[in-house]
Amino acid sequence: MRENNLLGLMIVLAPLSLASVGGATAIYAPLQHEAVELRQWVTPQEFLNYFTIMRFMPGPSSMLGALIGWKLEGFWGVLVATLSLYVPSSLVCYGVARSWSHFAGKPWHTAMQRGLMPVAAGLICAGVLNLFLLSGGSLAYAGMIVSVAAVLMWKQKLHPTPLLITGALIFETLYQLNLL
Amino acid sequence: MQSKSSPVSLFEIYTCFFWIGLLSFGGGLMPWIQREVVTRRNWLSNEEFLPGMAMSQVLPGVNSTNVAVYVGQHLRGAIGSAIALSGILTGPIIMVVFAAFSYQYVLGVPAIQAAAAGVAAAAMGMMLCTAISAVQACGLKLAPICVMIATFIMIGILHMSLITVVAIMTPISVFLSWPKSTQEHSTQVHSTQVHKADSDA
Repeated sequence: MRENNLLGLMIVLAPLSLASVGGATAIYAPLQHEAVELRQWVTPQEFLNYFTIMRFMPGPSSMLGALIGWKLEGFWGVLVATLSLYVPSSLVCYGVARSWSHFAGKPWHTAMQRGLMPVAAGLICAGVLNLFLLSGGSLAYAGMIVSVAAVLMWKQKLHPTPLLITGALIFETLYQLNLL
Repeated sequence: MQSKSSPVSLFEIYTCFFWIGLLSFGGGLMPWIQREVVTRRNWLSNEEFLPGMAMSQVLPGVNSTNVAVYVGQHLRGAIGSAIALSGILTGPIIMVVFAAFSYQYVLGVPAIQAAAAGVAAAAMGMMLCTAISAVQACGLKLAPICVMIATFIMIGILHMSLITVVAIMTPISVFLSWPKSTQEHSTQVHSTQVHKADSDA
């Protein structure tokens, strides 16, 4: 039974590793279909709970698969699920990164590099806007975003962790004062 | 570009990505990685990091693990990639096990949700900081600014799919930044190296 579950995790998650193009959310629908309906590893309510937990967890949200692994086989389930989720896509990325640095210094490489930079910059800017709108676009968020960015621009070498903890404390205070 | 006098140790790579993985609440890890790897440690320049970031978003897999693999490869090759990947995943694995034990108690406590929202808001601030430094790295020239704005509008306002936008904008942007002559190319490479030397100092 145990081997079956671990093998099943691998069979379900490894293809999803390569299917998660454009963010981990792309795999939620197929994962739900496999884990809830076809294999009945978790109930619909459990899947929904896992989804909520992942919003409060560090790391990629596709670690949801690891929670399913935990429910099935404990620690080994987590390990097999994590490896299945990230090793296949990492191998592809490694291949691309390797050939990319192999050609460093060629004229087309420089052009590609310079061409990709503004695309990346535009993506990050759009990411800030979308996350802000997703959070409800409140004044508290806007104030926090701008002040944290200002502090980080001003102190280039500052470790961000104290700022994140300060952010948690400020929002906690606002919540206790019924201002959030 | 890998002409560092002393290579970054595998232990440093692991520790760096371990903390990024463990502490990066509230979604996007990209600003963390950019800040730790480019701004604070000078392992890569923005010129080297940003293309990797763009590629990581289009390749299959999660952006953050892809960038970890990219940075690890750049610093120490295959073993660097493996170390960076395991570093960035160690923290989340620990947290998932912890969450599996305790989530019934933790979820639904509004005070905890407020604190988590505070972390998320601060993390967005960090993302804004990364956005500003990425825009600065592109320089004040017409072509990159137009590409930046077009990408921003297509993703952020028109909500087009990421793959489509990158597939449209990358060829245009690469065409616009193609070196006009070999001489210009050599000055560009030279300026990158000068930048690198500055950041090493």
